[in-house]
Amino acid sequence: MLAGAFKGATGGWTFSNVSTALHEPYRSAYWNSIELSLVTSLVGGVTGLAIAYSAIHERTPRWVRSILTTFSGVAANFGGIPLAFAWIATLGAIGIVTRFFQNQLHYNLYQHGFNLFTKTGVELVYLYFQLPLMILVIAPAIDGLKKEWREAASNLGANAWQFWRHVGLPVLTPSILGAIILLFGNSFAAYATAYSLGYSNIITVTIGQYYTGNVFSNPHLAQALALGMFVVLAVMMLLYIPLQRRAARWAK
Amino acid sequence: MRTRRFIAPSSLVWLLLGGLYFFIPLLATLLFSLDSNQTGKCCTLHSYGWVLHNGDFWHSLKISLFLALETIAISLAIFVPTVYWVHLKVPKLRPLLAFLALIPFVVPPIVMVVGLLNVYKGAPSWFYDQPWGFLAAAYVILAFPYMFFSLDAGFRSIDVHTLTEASQSLGSSWPRTLFTVILPNIRSAALAGSFLALAIVMGEFTIANLAQFHTFPIFLQYVNETQAYPAAAVTLMSFCITWFAMLSLLFVGRKRGARGAVIAGVR
Repeated sequence: MLAGAFKGATGGWTFSNVSTALHEPYRSAYWNSIELSLVTSLVGGVTGLAIAYSAIHERTPRWVRSILTTFSGVAANFGGIPLAFAWIATLGAIGIVTRFFQNQLHYNLYQHGFNLFTKTGVELVYLYFQLPLMILVIAPAIDGLKKEWREAASNLGANAWQFWRHVGLPVLTPSILGAIILLFGNSFAAYATAYSLGYSNIITVTIGQYYTGNVFSNPHLAQALALGMFVVLAVMMLLYIPLQRRAARWAK
Repeated sequence: MRTRRFIAPSSLVWLLLGGLYFFIPLLATLLFSLDSNQTGKCCTLHSYGWVLHNGDFWHSLKISLFLALETIAISLAIFVPTVYWVHLKVPKLRPLLAFLALIPFVVPPIVMVVGLLNVYKGAPSWFYDQPWGFLAAAYVILAFPYMFFSLDAGFRSIDVHTLTEASQSLGSSWPRTLFTVILPNIRSAALAGSFLALAIVMGEFTIANLAQFHTFPIFLQYVNETQAYPAAAVTLMSFCITWFAMLSLLFVGRKRGARGAVIAGVR
């Protein structure tokens, strides 16, 4: 039963479907998905790292951290349809924030190039589950940065920047890259959020269209497209495993 | 080292920005749900009334809740004895199970549903056309990693061998050992897995949409497309279900042996 996903994806294997799946318009759907995932995983990764580090910082009160992890645990699970609508209610054409800008600041976001239902908008929404995931995944790695290392570095005369450049970042890099790959997969696989925002130019929604009847039904092509997604994710996993090993070296 | 008592300014800025980013949409959804459907002005509970008097709301909620219970029951029935057996008799198989458990986590739901629809195409209609059949089977697969890692952590934190031997030497049968000795000891792990499964089933959209079943998230999407203000009310209710599931999970997780995965994917 578990193998069903594999069987199905290769079940429709004829050369024509696979080659169709690699040409337009599907190629641009793949690229769009990859670009969206890259942007949200990089922005989410860097921002998540900064937030997690700020919360774990020794000068930050301890309760901040426990609230942040609890909330991240919940927010990482906000996703799909409710998340999309929460953002429509916030920054949609009649969303609360849009109306606030319009009425209080006399600034119409939508006339100044912002639109929630474009790629930028979808990226903004995706960050809502990417950031908490980053925080959850990277927090243990930041814990692993031992206080002694920082003290040793500062005893040897290193300033904060030198500590990060020569100790902090090299130790954290495998964990950060691993987490970013995880985030990439997370947003590459996302379907419901983009679907609900009416953003259809990504590969998951394109596959979905072959089943929900918006386009004439072609399950074999959908299977070929799904196989393509699987290949992208398999490559990501192959990158992830060695990084995970390297990151584990400092975990002891 | 100097002791500094105040939070670093850069930390404060990051935490505030993060906080704003996370709370504004929640607040906006709340305010939006209180707006009137006619005038678009605050404040009325009309949207909530609309939802509570909507038959489809209760119908889809009931389907999703039953599906969640069914998924949890089937998962526990399959995975508790399996993980128990693996820990007790064949620990060599543990890495294999852990690897299998990663598959539903790595394979996107959209790829999985394409495969499942294909595999089950010839299945009898009582299975293929019913949420209790096809969808429950798909959700058991989706819940598998979360169940497995929760249960695995639970079983690792207890001494399976000693407990089993003690129970058997006092004359218990296998079922009795499982139900009266092992199960109470891994209760918090089983609960943690169950809450994750609940969160997944109550939020899962991709598979239900492609297989065309009318679950709660499908209803939510339908309201999104047709009724803006009540949609905010249903969205908040959906968030509350997630909050409930995840906070319960954290609560049972405080006790020993239930620290498994906490990220359930319903994108």
